[in-house]
Amino acid sequence: MSANRKRTRWLAAAAVLLVLAAVVSAHAEIPLAERRSSYADLAPETKAMQDDDTSNPGMLAVLDGEALWKTKAGNAGRACADCHADARVSMKGVAARYPAFEPALSRPVNLEQRINICRTERQQAQPFAYESKDLLALTAFVGLQSRGLPIAPPADARLRPFLDAGRETFNRRLGQLNLSCGQCHDDNWGKRLVGNIIPQAHPNGYPLYRLEWQSIGSLQRRLRNCMIGLRAEPYEYGAPEYVSLELYLMWRARGLPVETPAVRP
Amino acid sequence: MTDKRTENLATRRDILASAGSLVGGGLVSGLGLATISVAQAQVQSTPAAMALAIRKIAGEATVTPGKVKLDLPPLSENGNSVSLTVSVDSPMTPANHVKAIHVVTEKNPQPYVISVRLGPRAGQANISTRMRLSDTQIVVAIAEMSDGSFWSDTRTVIVTLGACLEDLI
Amino acid sequence: MARALINVPAKAKRGEIITIKTLISHVMETGFRHNQIGVKIPRDIITSFACTYNGEEIFQADLYPAITANPFIAFTTIATESGTIAFTWRGDNGFSVAESVNITIE
Ligand code: HEC
Ligand code: HEC
Repeated sequence: MSANRKRTRWLAAAAVLLVLAAVVSAHAEIPLAERRSSYADLAPETKAMQDDDTSNPGMLAVLDGEALWKTKAGNAGRACADCHADARVSMKGVAARYPAFEPALSRPVNLEQRINICRTERQQAQPFAYESKDLLALTAFVGLQSRGLPIAPPADARLRPFLDAGRETFNRRLGQLNLSCGQCHDDNWGKRLVGNIIPQAHPNGYPLYRLEWQSIGSLQRRLRNCMIGLRAEPYEYGAPEYVSLELYLMWRARGLPVETPAVRP
Repeated sequence: MTDKRTENLATRRDILASAGSLVGGGLVSGLGLATISVAQAQVQSTPAAMALAIRKIAGEATVTPGKVKLDLPPLSENGNSVSLTVSVDSPMTPANHVKAIHVVTEKNPQPYVISVRLGPRAGQANISTRMRLSDTQIVVAIAEMSDGSFWSDTRTVIVTLGACLEDLI
Repeated sequence: MARALINVPAKAKRGEIITIKTLISHVMETGFRHNQIGVKIPRDIITSFACTYNGEEIFQADLYPAITANPFIAFTTIATESGTIAFTWRGDNGFSVAESVNITIE
């Protein structure tokens, strides 16, 4: 199956949704009681892959992350473990409350960026590139320490404008398809698009192993994919627009359990 | 389960058919412009190539359906990773055991997937792995027994297409 | 180095059939894909996997490009005696990884 053929079909189907969306234009957030992880819609074999740590390929990244956690790096010659000791204790629940406000930058940072702040400031090392193997590995390892805990965005007034900006992006029509994220993920979740069930788009499994990627990837990589699907110009990795969108997605998914490293098709 | 999934697939075709009539050529040609095409040489093995591969595995021996159980999802969420289990009905004793298990496909660029050698020390003939399927197609598992006989099981897997893909490298 | 994830029960009863699961990080580049300018991406796959139990080979597999990235292979063996279960993966471009785990028979 060529990627082009796949895309042509996806776009064609999305165009049908667009028509539907024009008819049913009432747009509302999903009631909290109806929110559910995309895990619910996975095929049994994909669920099995996520459920069993010895068959989840995302665990390969977690193991890499665990090794990095203990490796001294940078001019400071310190390992993450030298300051944070046992990640099972120090990192428990951390991933469930990111993005968080970073006073030094006067804006929120996501978990990858938070790790890179320690990397540059505490270890005095080069920051990891976005989507690099090492950054994904450390993020997956830190994320795993929150597995099963509910997503709990910080009640921090300083985040408010960024949360609003994220919500605005989510509901703004984007790209040549002129569809908003919400038109698919709020209004049409549970319906099928080219053989895929449209999920509610929750960020609770990242970084996750996506079969389509044949590798682990970040939430921003996923958002990028949806933007490309809409024929919208994706933002640069790490762009504030993505972080705001992540913040809104986390808020929207509040209470759902962290599944890192999840598996998705 | 199977029924429901097949039904969903039918829905997909319907959507696609109506999409074609609704949007006409405009969107598709727009796409052509926007996409820097990844040259996808559609190399494909054929049912004939698969038959030849089976011949190479079994030589002159007859391959009889039976004894082998190939477990595959009838419908796969992504052709990049399709889980499969092959189990063979055998006592796995030194005198009577499975010597090898082979998996071949019909339409992948190459028919071979995996060839496994095992013996009585396995205790039972049961292996699992994950494979790529380029498209909806037939998968065959073949077991070679210690008495020289060959047995097989055949399944069809329907491969669905991902949405929200990325620009390929 | 490629990361491997092996699951073998640490303890087993003599004669028990145990399941061994293995995962290894590898791109499994098929050799059939082309890049943006139409140049073929060379094949880079794991071609073989073997498992020994106290030195004796108990399982062997030849892998082809149709095996997924980060290959997963699961199989069984009879727990016979305490000792070492060793694994090797070999492939294109000199790829070679060896891992081993210990098992105790009660
Ligand atoms: C020299 C000590 C030091 C090192 C080394 C270090 N950190 Fe930190 N880290 C801190 C301190 C102190 C804080 C909290 C204070 C601050 O900077 O805001 C922190 C905060 C964090 C946080 C945010 C925690 C929260 O509750 O919000 C994460 C995540 C983190 N570090 C991950 C890492 C990782 C991963 C590494 C290794 C790549 C690392 N750190 C290396 C000292 C360190
Ligand atoms: C045309 C409908 C459509 C639009 C518009 C759309 N998406 Fe998606 N999105 C999907 C589908 C379908 C999937 C699942 C596809 C798959 O698994 O291949 C998905 C998956 C996701 C996921 C992954 C959820 C998980 O469990 O990992 C996230 C996050 C997401 N979308 C966010 C967004 C955002 C943010 C936007 C707006 C920029 C957006 N989507 C726009 C259809 C859409």
